[in-house]
Amino acid sequence: MAKTDFPLIFERGKEGRTSYSLPEMDVPEINLEDEFDEAYIRQEAPGLPEVSELDLMRHYTALSNRNYGVDSGFYPLGSCTMKYNPKINEDVARLAGFSHIHPHQDPKTVQGAMEIMYDLQTSLSEITGMHDFSLQSAAGAQGEWSGLMMIRALHEKNGEFNRTNVIVPDSAHGTNPASVTVAGLDAVTVKTNENGLVDIEDLKRVVDEDTAALMLTNPNTLGLFETEIMEMAEIVHGAGGKLYYDGANLNAIMGFVRPGDMGFDVVHLNLHKTFTGPHGGGGPGSGPVGVTEEFAPFLPKPVLTKKDSEFVFDYDRPESIGRIKPYYGNFGIYLRAYTYIRTMGAEGLKKVSEYAVVNANYVMRRLEEEYALPYSQHCKHEFVISGKNQKQLGVRTLDIAKRLLDYGYHPPTIYFPLNVEEAMMTEPTETESKETLDGYIEAMLAISREAKGDPELVQEAPHETPVRRMDETTAARKPILRYQP
Amino acid sequence: MEFRYLPMTETDKQEMLDAIGVDSTEELFSDIPENVRFKQELNLKKPANESALMQELTKLASKNANLKEYTSFLGAGVYDHYIPSVVDHVISRSEFYTAYTPYQPEISQGELQAIFEFQTMICELTGMEVANSSMYDGGTALAEAVTLSAGQTKRKKILVSKTVHPESRAVIHTYAKGQNLEVIEIDHQSGITDLEQLDNEIDDETASVVIQYPNFFGQIEPMNDVQEIIRKQKKTMFLVSSNPLALGYLTPPGNFGADIVVGDTQVFGIPAQFGGPHCGYFATTDKLKRKVPGRLVGQTTDENGERGFVLTLQAREQHIRRDKATSNICSNQALNALASSVAMSSIGKHGLRKMAVLNMQKARYAKQQLENIGIAASFNGPFFNELVVKLSESVTNVNAKLLDKGIIGGYDLEFYYPELAGHMLVAVTENRSKDEIDNLVKELGDING
Repeated sequence: MAKTDFPLIFERGKEGRTSYSLPEMDVPEINLEDEFDEAYIRQEAPGLPEVSELDLMRHYTALSNRNYGVDSGFYPLGSCTMKYNPKINEDVARLAGFSHIHPHQDPKTVQGAMEIMYDLQTSLSEITGMHDFSLQSAAGAQGEWSGLMMIRALHEKNGEFNRTNVIVPDSAHGTNPASVTVAGLDAVTVKTNENGLVDIEDLKRVVDEDTAALMLTNPNTLGLFETEIMEMAEIVHGAGGKLYYDGANLNAIMGFVRPGDMGFDVVHLNLHKTFTGPHGGGGPGSGPVGVTEEFAPFLPKPVLTKKDSEFVFDYDRPESIGRIKPYYGNFGIYLRAYTYIRTMGAEGLKKVSEYAVVNANYVMRRLEEEYALPYSQHCKHEFVISGKNQKQLGVRTLDIAKRLLDYGYHPPTIYFPLNVEEAMMTEPTETESKETLDGYIEAMLAISREAKGDPELVQEAPHETPVRRMDETTAARKPILRYQP
Repeated sequence: MEFRYLPMTETDKQEMLDAIGVDSTEELFSDIPENVRFKQELNLKKPANESALMQELTKLASKNANLKEYTSFLGAGVYDHYIPSVVDHVISRSEFYTAYTPYQPEISQGELQAIFEFQTMICELTGMEVANSSMYDGGTALAEAVTLSAGQTKRKKILVSKTVHPESRAVIHTYAKGQNLEVIEIDHQSGITDLEQLDNEIDDETASVVIQYPNFFGQIEPMNDVQEIIRKQKKTMFLVSSNPLALGYLTPPGNFGADIVVGDTQVFGIPAQFGGPHCGYFATTDKLKRKVPGRLVGQTTDENGERGFVLTLQAREQHIRRDKATSNICSNQALNALASSVAMSSIGKHGLRKMAVLNMQKARYAKQQLENIGIAASFNGPFFNELVVKLSESVTNVNAKLLDKGIIGGYDLEFYYPELAGHMLVAVTENRSKDEIDNLVKELGDING
């Protein structure tokens, strides 16, 4: 990546340059101004760019050269499952029969698309052990929220309006408690014990007649399997609460254990994590929600069903939580997930989880040599190490992350989960080869040696990137959120 | 079976298990209680090879009537517009599409700068001061705007015009339930919001008024009159959902005193793809910048004083505020925001007005031709590129007949507006040629007798 400053698209180009080719005006023109009150006619053209097509391509190519994706290199960002994004998926999503169909077409004219959605719902139900799936949620966070809205709806239907507490582990992702709030419920924290698992005694303490649900990832955000899951399910169900499964970490367990069999009532998955939807620089994602039979009436509408041999959207769902998104969700992401599931099959998906777990344990054990490991048991698909040894030398986890950039790697997720000091949450995924993992391990061990021998080198990193560390304080204090000519 | 995405060889596996200190992978899963393990094989279709799968899915795709083979007059929030070829070439660069959210600014300047440029373009179009990096879609962006207005005004009553997209209204109702808000819908009158009813319903408990501009029927709402009614209440906020393409011709909502402007940038470079993913935008005033949901990119400098960009004002977001957050949005639609940025850059400052005018002229030509054969428009106010017409038989029947002629007809308004049974919402974009419009008119004439 070149270290040169270069212009914004607004600073390129010149008055009069264009890069469009619009259809021609082939109808007789009328005077539009006769129809509009002057107050409604835009007086000043918006400040959009004026560039030629080549200038435009050079601009965005230059930007892409200052960006880093999974295709660029190793990306062990914990909890994000940055696995390879298969190319056939992209080709499938671009077939005109999928990319150029309108959501309001007569369902009879889009049966091919609906068949894929139906088949995907069925496959996800099988993989998770759930009864029904709704694909509609646009992302994991929206899946959480719609799942919680269903739990709320069920309790309210039973007249239990008091059930508003949703128990969330202290290690949970920030979207969990935020989704609870947006669903009009209250987040209650349960502690993690010394083994990195939910503290059962504390769970018993916080569960009561006001409990709506326990929200859990399993394996949890520390990458550890909640071994007492069946006891936890019994405690929560026994008190009349429900179990919510955040599928962020499903990549660890496919074909080994299913959320439905562990007692979960509602689950959401992230098609952009486990099922290879590309992350796109932050989205679009897709967060389908699966439920037990008890919750099926509450699914967001419309619900895609099969009537005889025809696929239909069912709007007659009186107990549904309602519509959560216009149209039918992020169909383009379903295509990618579906293509992936069809490529892998049951055998492949089980291997995915097996290899993801082997890769994570391998990197964890090799790094243990230099880095503190707060929980020593085998991990699942990811693990959390602590930079507290290095911190004593004056090198923070942030510095280690920045130094990794010099070595050509994307750093792990840092300072999360919140209950581990100087946390580095690392998820290698199954699509990385041993050589890649070894290269990363060597870099991490080298950085630890640098922290001892030449701490400044690490503290002042990165040295090799297009820009150095950013002044984030000024950015937040005096925000400049748009270009001003 | 071989799996091309899985590089682990038997030798690799053995070496790694040795390093871990276990004999088998099974040991690594021994923490999963025996009694809940899944012992069978998942009941999924057998793994398919690349050629066979591509062939099968291509066949499934061809079962769908697509907008490139049929002539479409279907809009109602999703449109068949010109997509410059450059768009797909840019978003297919895997440095963009295989990246995560730009948490490490030193290696993410490309994405960050592209979002900063997107934010700027949205501000320019809407006439607002601040725009975020994107929302899921126009509908959920509107629901988030409603939530923000309730939090900001500490009020629970929301007035939504029935001329707002029915599916966006449905989404507002669902979100409102989560937040225990009261949503009151204002009727339509001659294709626009019933101003008298709005004036009667608004009071000092009203958090916000939601208007769509141009509205679901394609009509231009009287923004000045709406603004006047809203401003009689001190704190009530003015929320506007806007098709950003229309703003190439129309005065931006910011000029009418809008507090929040949202919408969908599907019109810029994003194919219909059965309704998603599209791309919501969210724009507001400088005053509300610390209340905006989702991610914001800001300009700053690095240690060497070089200009650069970072995610900023993150104290608003779920990963910091957790249960105190007012929005839970995390993933957004970044890649589609990029697609729209590229399309907006390509269409450019002057192309945008030209494109908007093409839509308007062609829609007016269609209106005139339909009137000539006795199919009159139901509403006669100023409009953008959609019009409502009354047919002599059900829209379902008409559309079935049109489909036989290779035409995807307009939207059946009866579905969400029972009072408009037999009314079709016809969209005419720049992609429709005069011949295609003439053909629609001819076929409708034949059907209508």
